[in-house]
Amino acid sequence: MIPYLEKRAEHSRTMVYISPFIALALTLLGGIMLFSLLGKSPAQAMYAFFVAPLTSLYGWAELGVKASPLVLIGVALSIGFRAGVWNIGAEGQLTLGAICGSCVALWLYQVDSVFVLPLMMVGGVLGGMFWASIPAFLKTRFNANEILTSLMLTYVALLLLSLLVHGPLRDPDGFNFPESRIFHDAASLPIMVNGTRLHLGAVFALIAVGGIWLLLSKSLIGFQIKVIGQAPAAGRHAGFSVNRTIWFTLLLGGGMAGLAGMFEVSGPIGQLLPIISPGYGFTAIIVAFVGRLHPVGSLFAGLLIALSYLGGENAQITLNLPIAVTGVFQGMLLFFLLACDVLIRYRIRFKPVSRFRHG
Amino acid sequence: MVDILIPAIITIITASTPLVYAALGEMITEKSGVLNLGVEGMMLMGAVIGFIAVTQTSSVMLGILAAMLAGAGMSLIFAMLVLGLQATQVATGLALTIFGIGLSALVGQGLVGVAYEGIPKLPIPLLSDIPFIGPILFKHDILVYGSFVITVLVSWFLRKTRAGLILRAVGDSHDAAHAIGYPVIKIRCLAILFGGAMAGIAGGYLSLSYSPLWIENMSAGRGWIALALVVFATWRPGRVFFGAYLFGGITILQLHAQAMGAGVPSQVMSMLPYLATIMVLVLISRDQKKIKMNSPACIGQPFHPSS
Amino acid sequence: MTKTNSPNPDSLLKLQDMTRSYPGLLANDQVNLTLNKGEIHALLGENGAGKSTLVKMIYGVLKPDSGQIFWQGKRIAINSPAAARELGIAMVFQHFSLFDSLTVLENIVLGLEAHEAGNNLEERIIEISEKYGLPLEPSRLVYSLSVGERQRIEIIRCLLQNPGLLIMDEPTSVLTPQEVETLFETLRRLCDEGMSILYISHKLDEIKALCRQATILRHGRVVASVRVQDETTNSLAAKMIGEDLGTVKMTSAHPPGELRFVVNKLDYPATDQLSVSLRQVSLEVRGGEILGIAGVAGNGQDELLGVLNGEVQTRPSSAIRIDNKDCAHQGPDQRRNLGLASIPSERLGHGAVPGLTLNENTLLTAHERMGLVRMGLIDFQKSEEFGCKIIRDFDVRCHGVEAEAGSLSGGNLQKFIVGREINQKPSVLVVSQPTWGVDAGAAQAIRVALRELADSGTAIVVISQDLDELIEISDRLAAICSGVLSRALPTAEVTLEQIGLMMSGVETLDNEASE
Repeated sequence: MIPYLEKRAEHSRTMVYISPFIALALTLLGGIMLFSLLGKSPAQAMYAFFVAPLTSLYGWAELGVKASPLVLIGVALSIGFRAGVWNIGAEGQLTLGAICGSCVALWLYQVDSVFVLPLMMVGGVLGGMFWASIPAFLKTRFNANEILTSLMLTYVALLLLSLLVHGPLRDPDGFNFPESRIFHDAASLPIMVNGTRLHLGAVFALIAVGGIWLLLSKSLIGFQIKVIGQAPAAGRHAGFSVNRTIWFTLLLGGGMAGLAGMFEVSGPIGQLLPIISPGYGFTAIIVAFVGRLHPVGSLFAGLLIALSYLGGENAQITLNLPIAVTGVFQGMLLFFLLACDVLIRYRIRFKPVSRFRHG
Repeated sequence: MVDILIPAIITIITASTPLVYAALGEMITEKSGVLNLGVEGMMLMGAVIGFIAVTQTSSVMLGILAAMLAGAGMSLIFAMLVLGLQATQVATGLALTIFGIGLSALVGQGLVGVAYEGIPKLPIPLLSDIPFIGPILFKHDILVYGSFVITVLVSWFLRKTRAGLILRAVGDSHDAAHAIGYPVIKIRCLAILFGGAMAGIAGGYLSLSYSPLWIENMSAGRGWIALALVVFATWRPGRVFFGAYLFGGITILQLHAQAMGAGVPSQVMSMLPYLATIMVLVLISRDQKKIKMNSPACIGQPFHPSS
Repeated sequence: MTKTNSPNPDSLLKLQDMTRSYPGLLANDQVNLTLNKGEIHALLGENGAGKSTLVKMIYGVLKPDSGQIFWQGKRIAINSPAAARELGIAMVFQHFSLFDSLTVLENIVLGLEAHEAGNNLEERIIEISEKYGLPLEPSRLVYSLSVGERQRIEIIRCLLQNPGLLIMDEPTSVLTPQEVETLFETLRRLCDEGMSILYISHKLDEIKALCRQATILRHGRVVASVRVQDETTNSLAAKMIGEDLGTVKMTSAHPPGELRFVVNKLDYPATDQLSVSLRQVSLEVRGGEILGIAGVAGNGQDELLGVLNGEVQTRPSSAIRIDNKDCAHQGPDQRRNLGLASIPSERLGHGAVPGLTLNENTLLTAHERMGLVRMGLIDFQKSEEFGCKIIRDFDVRCHGVEAEAGSLSGGNLQKFIVGREINQKPSVLVVSQPTWGVDAGAAQAIRVALRELADSGTAIVVISQDLDELIEISDRLAAICSGVLSRALPTAEVTLEQIGLMMSGVETLDNEASE
């Protein structure tokens, strides 16, 4: 019997929901093999990875801390991916958001006002939007591939951050360490649950999920994005502007990534450092795909990926597992998901080898 | 003057060599109509596996071979997903990069700080004694020579051989190629594997010769620059080579400028290769007609033989 | 094996009980066919009757589910196109298997086995092209060739293999009447030299003119196998269609009304080598009138649709007027608000989004005119009502408005798209290839609907490659050739020969000279 793929007449709506779970199961299976290869007891490792982090309230709060930027960026990126706009430079946009948010915080260092935080948020959003507007401009004006430009700008943004914390934004009383001043209370995000680090960003992530769900499923703009992503010619025929969509999706992604970056420095970190993100901007790509490019899906995917970060940290401490396992897990999850997606559009059938011989 | 010039040119060559390999490999993959954005991930795996093989066996050839196989192995995952399971090329390529970064870091855990003297230089007798030209062109390691040879070979393959013609045809119209009876999937699979092997060598060159050592994420975006180079070169091997040297040149110039303390912060200088990539992309992409005429028409499109 | 299975020794190719199914469709059901040496044999049937499936099995592109193939009396299996070519079977596809970015020579090399190509290929190409009247330049890049020239590449590629059987799939659908005549001469000559030709078509005149035998397919089954000379066009048509569809000439019920759609000396430069420049295009359509635009594929039809519906904008802004309002500078949505609807020739991905539901597809063009969006939010209930009405009015067979557009058959999706535009009661409708790849029943329904829309006062432009269709429904006829639109003549007065000249651009030149 040879397996082969048969195209379905319509996308399977069941498989849209089932395939992420198959992918998750396969990833866990892969994880068991990986841990065995690393010489660890799979059961112990799995426990350390996926259960132990969630045995305390603090752990759940940390899950929210890690998931907030992932969800914020992931839902925004999924809009772009639906339109066929491949913004993979969210990490750079996040960095610019963090820089701009910090600039506001440091500029208003002496000011103790409720307006500081909103101003920082505006700064963060504008910073991310500005960074995303560069690929948008280059794409719409010169047709330059946004994948490459947005990615190159990420490297530039990280260097810019390094430049600033080593220079102009360095804490004058900080013994020349490449760090900014620690933000004042007025510039720090309020904590949602006492005794944890869960901050206001989590609320914004939930709002983003709701807002983008509304945008995507009910609004004409969301409809335009879907049409242009699936059939650009049909979009043109309908009179939807491709350039406007490119600008919209990139600015949205950039703005949300910038906001997430500002939340990071103003919340869990509390100051500007040379490294402010463990690759949230890249991992959000996985979040978007694992979440089926759907806002609610991205919420769950964000939580799952956040758990893999927490689990990685925990497994490093308790089992001495390398932290890089997290990245492998995330990569595997995305691979398996992409592989399982075939079931949405195709059916797996089997045919006997000698099918054409019997007349 | 010559005392400065010769080492400078040599470093440019070493900085450009990995780009030549990675970009030529990706070019062949793209010529067959497949866009593999996983170059960075494949390079990193090539780098780490090559480094392990060399430090374990002390055989340069085995090290290079291991790097190649690592890259090809990674590309095989991509090929299975994209050709076998009809996954989106863009997303799968991104996944390959993310996976490669993670896996190489995991595999390379214990290697950080391990020393290796670098693969030996093979000066070509007589030729390497020619003043000026000798040290520049004929005192390199095997991978540098290999990059010259592979450029010529790829160019000859595409222009002069029937297999090269078939590869171009598959990238131009997979439906037509399928209708005539060419095995589109098989050809694309081979092209992807070649691209992977080349990216593996490119990574191997970084860890075995350029640095030589293993650090996490040591390719530092070179895989992405290679992707941009293919567009810059409008899918032509000679121009890929030229473009790689242009970027190698910029990288080295900024390093020298940093070393000489040009009064500009080092971070600004380090931005140059990335900014140059953007500039070059913009300059080339402006001419949409040219891109459209030169790019393989089927690039990025999924192919399923039944449809 | 029973005795009935032993084939006629004179036959070159004999097919027995060939069956092939697709998911949900029996494309070929026990098809039998016998083809003799030196014979031009017609395979006749409507779009979707199963002709292409059958020949793809002969050429090894598709594998039969069951059935037997005999070649020169011997039972064989054809597992690949290469195996078919090895036997001496060559095929010219309806959709050419050509590579735009390669040269003519490279394209021909790709169609041959490595050992067949040889050294003096270029000379052999020139030799054959001269012998059979198929002029071609081996070093030209394919994208720069006309459709007729491209077909010549395919034919020469086949002839280089000295085939015993040449299969031609709808070869004339892309040619002008004059080019068709040249092609027929070539085919007759090949036949005289002993080659067999399997000629696939649904055009009855051609089959009468060219073929000796005909096998007629309907819904995947052979309904008749006849000697062409014993049949009339009407009797062939009856066998092919199976029922009388009553194709009567539809003329306008009323005299034409006000001028509703005017295009004046419109220029549009080509964007790249693959597209055509439009030059000084002018046309006028009155309410109640259908203007037909004939032409061979690739002569600027797509570009014309694009500039008329606003997908691409042109200058000067006075070049296009809808109900006396300038609109050349406006996009598709603005023109739609002025009353211009359009139907592109490509259903999937242009007229409709295959992965979206019919309900969502109504929004594409109707969101503003039908008030389906309020304050930026979509009123799905209203769009559903609109979608259901289209499905009812135009008898779209599907499982409701939530069906994905891509799951509908070509005819039903086309009815849906046509219905979507017609139900918006446009004042001007521009439609390209309204019945391309659509089954006969749906095609007739669409033509009737277009005529009724015109009779209600709409000005309609129909761009089509199907001459019969244009003659049937249009009041005036023009033709487009190399981006130049000819003068429009009343359909009732125009002769087929005149149309042919218009389609090849000769008529237009005469006009320009005389003006």
